[in-house]
Parts: sequence; structure tokens; C-alpha cells
Amino acid sequence: MNKPTLIALKTFTWIACLYPLAALIYGAVSDPVSGLGPDPTGRIEFSTGLAALRLLVISLAITPLRKLSPRLSFLIKFRRLLGLFAFFYASIHLIAYIGLYASFDPHTIYQDVLKRRFITVGVLAWLLLVPLALTSTTAAIKRLGGKQWNRLHKLVYVAVCLGLLHYWWQVKTGVTTPLGITLVMAALFAARPILDWWKAKKAARPRPA
Amino acid sequence: MLIRKPDPLSGSDIPSSEITPRDKWLNRRNFIAAAAATGAVAIGGERLSEILAPAGRVHAATKLQTVKSPLTTTGEELTSFQDITHYNNFYEFGENKSDPAQNAGVLPTRPWTVKVSGLVKTPKTFDIDALLKLHPLEDRTYRFRCVEGWSMVVPWVGYSLSELIKQCDPLSSSKYVQFLSYFNGKVEKWAPFGYNWPYSEGLRMDEAMNPLTLLTVGLYGEELPKQDGAPVRIIIPWKYGFKSAKSIVEIKFLDKQPHTTWNDANGSEYGFYSNVNPNVDHPRWSQKTERVIGKPFYAQRKPTLMFNGYGDFVASLYNGMDLRKYY
Repeated sequence: MNKPTLIALKTFTWIACLYPLAALIYGAVSDPVSGLGPDPTGRIEFSTGLAALRLLVISLAITPLRKLSPRLSFLIKFRRLLGLFAFFYASIHLIAYIGLYASFDPHTIYQDVLKRRFITVGVLAWLLLVPLALTSTTAAIKRLGGKQWNRLHKLVYVAVCLGLLHYWWQVKTGVTTPLGITLVMAALFAARPILDWWKAKKAARPRPA
Repeated sequence: MLIRKPDPLSGSDIPSSEITPRDKWLNRRNFIAAAAATGAVAIGGERLSEILAPAGRVHAATKLQTVKSPLTTTGEELTSFQDITHYNNFYEFGENKSDPAQNAGVLPTRPWTVKVSGLVKTPKTFDIDALLKLHPLEDRTYRFRCVEGWSMVVPWVGYSLSELIKQCDPLSSSKYVQFLSYFNGKVEKWAPFGYNWPYSEGLRMDEAMNPLTLLTVGLYGEELPKQDGAPVRIIIPWKYGFKSAKSIVEIKFLDKQPHTTWNDANGSEYGFYSNVNPNVDHPRWSQKTERVIGKPFYAQRKPTLMFNGYGDFVASLYNGMDLRKYY
């Protein structure tokens, strides 16, 4: 991959990642009353949560994609950016809950986190992302060592599962909106062993001398 | 004073030739949406076109002759016609709040009849036009509180359900009233699986006879838009919104509590009574506060009132009842 292409792709990724936030800001500024639709609170909460989940899923697609072809190995250069943006949106999502749903009332937050399982797993998912965001720098990777760092960052699988559970537990019984992203995630989980098996088979095939 | 907000797109001022046909308008939206289908949309979830061009009002409804009512709620800022007609829960037309406004156009509201059956002296079937003339139509503004935690203030048009019940001579054995909504899987093809269709709701007889319980045929002085439950629905302002069944085709008088659709779907979350009650939490969220539709995000939150503020009229219906048990 040459440098100009990489820069163009990175620019595109930044724009795509900032789009959900830009859309919210544009809505709020262009028309303070109805720019974010009939229920601005719901809109802010939903779109930041969805952005966080989608970015996590996209970042987890990178390893299986790289296994498909060595030509896709450059994708690793985008994983940290996607992961940090996922954490960024998850944080706005959490802050929006604290401000717009709980009105900054510690008692309400405490009760919600204790009593409501979808909030409990949501907060848990965010907490799991914190150490990952903190150790995302190159210096941190060097300090921890690749092996340790990899082990720690396996937590992202737990976080994304909790995030999906948070989504499922939040919607009403019978509502299936979280199904799409759950299937994509399931496919990505299944892709790893399948791709490994396929690669092993390819490697074992006798080559002409 | 006529309670009506100026609406720049109201049909009376615009010749119908100037209104973009609905199919063209939808095509245009689809085109913009497709053009915007980039990585940004994959992450953002919302279509660019919805932010740049929010859905507008496209039809003109029939005006209704109305009279004032002492039972109307005053001193509240009305939710806009746009929001009342574009933020709907009407699952037969899709699960998203914006779906009913898009899809409910196919609901065949004329001819329409409402069958009255069960424990009544003489079962009757009312034509919608007969229902519209059965009693003078009143302007009744009510607070509307959804179990999901949002609220509106809606200027409905209708009359007390008790006026209709009186005409039906229910037997003394009749203790409950059931409301059944229109359902046709071929028309309402968006209705998700796993629900007990047709939509069923119910009230105790004394609740149904309470003058606040409104047989509703209009909104903002005009016939009900389809996404709001045309041509006739029930409105019970002191209960969570899902109790207020839409597009009713049958009213049944029963001696036993009827099954209700949301209670069937999840009994621990949606009780038969479902009175608005800030002291009884929904299992998944607190009901202490609500967010008002149509306000800026920083000004939406406000406290929820017991019986949605209608306690003076209805609290006595529940004397001696444990409202935690009968949620």
C-alpha cells in the first residue's frame, strides 16, 4: 500500500467515524427544537450506542479479513482508530445516560446500575473498554509486551458480548432490531476457527516440486 | 378559544396539485438515502436524508365540528401535529416510531364498522359515520404518558365512551370491556411475529364508564390520522399509552378480565391495570420521570404525576387496591 492511498483511507475512516457525532451536532444546532427529531434524548442515546457497537464489530472484523488474504494485512493500521472511536461513542452514550436519563442524580444511577440488568451489563461493558483504551498507545504495547497486551485485549470479546446483551435487554419482548448486528458478530466469531482450518488445509496441500 | 397550532403545510392553504405525490416523495427519499449509503451510514445508523429533510405532512384530513369540554386539560403546551403523527407505536405498521407514518396509509378506514358484542341486551354494529354523530364531538386535550418513559400533550376529539356504552345496554353480569383492533396480516404486513394479534386491550367496567375515558375520532380538530389509530380508538389518559387501543373494530362486554396483547407478550412488564404511577418502576426502568416529546434534549426531563395527573377523577376507582400488585 502506498502512502497517498493510506492517507486517503485514513481520512475517509476519520470522516466515517465522526459522522454519527457530526449528525447529532448538526441536528442540535440547526434546529434546537426539532433538529434531533421528536425525542432528542432517545436519539442521542440510541445513535451513540449503535455507533459504539458497530465500531466494535467492525474492529473485530479486521483479524478475520486479514486472514483471507495477505493483501489485506494493511487493515491492522485501522484497528486502534476504530477501537478508540468505539470507546469514544460508548463514553458519550454513558454520559448521555447520566445527564439526560438520570439527571446527574447519584441515587438514581446507583439504583439503576444495581436493579436494572441492561444498565448493569452496559456499564460493565464500558468499564471493560477503559483499560483497553488506556493501553492503546504504542508505548503501552511495548511496556506490556505483545503477549500480555494481546491477552488483555481479548477483553474486547467480553465487552462486545455484554454490549449486545445490553441492546437485547433494552428492547421490548418480541422486538428483533438487535438481530442484524448479533448475526454479524456471530459470523465473525465463527469465521476465526473456520479461516484457521482453511489455512491449515491449504498449507498441508502438497506443492509441486 | 380554538386550540390549534398554525401548520404551514396544512392542506387548506395548499392546492392538492402542489403537494408532492407520496410515492414520488418516497422515491426521492430512497434515492438520497442510497446516495448516502457509505461507510458513514454504516456507523451512524441514521440516513443523511432524514437529518437534512425530516418527513413532512403530506395529506389533508377532514375537519370535525367540535364543542368545548370541561374535561379538557388546560395549561399545558401542546405537542406539535408533526410529532404526534410521526412518533408512534403502532406495531402492526412496524416497530420503529417513524414506521406508522410511512406505512399506515394502507389501512382501509372507510367503510368501517364497530361491532358491539358479548354481554349486552342487543348486540349492535355501528357504522363509523353513525359513531361520529352519536354524541357531540368534544375537544379534549389530555396528557399522554407512554410506558417507555416519554410523554406528549394531545388535543384529541371525541366523547366519553360511557355515551356509547349507555346505548348498548350491557347486562349486569358484564364486568369488563375488551377492545379489539383491526388486523389483517395481508394489509399490516409489518406486524412482527410473536404477538397475539389482533391487538387486544381492556378495562374494568367502572374504568370504561369514567367520563375521562374517551372514544376518540379526531386530533387537532380533524379526523384521526391513520398512524394515530383511525378511524376510532380509545384514550385512557391516566393509564400508560398501550392501554389505549387503536383502530377498533370490536367492543366486547365480558364477565371476566380479557387477555391483553402486551400482557400476553410480557406479563411482568405490562399489567392489566397499567395506571401511570411514578412509585412503581417498570422492571427495566424507573417511571419517576418522563421525557417530553418535542423539547430540546436538555429540557425534556420532567417528573411523572400519579395517575398522570388525573387522580382527582380516577383515584377512587382503586381504593383499597395494592397498586404494586395490580400494576
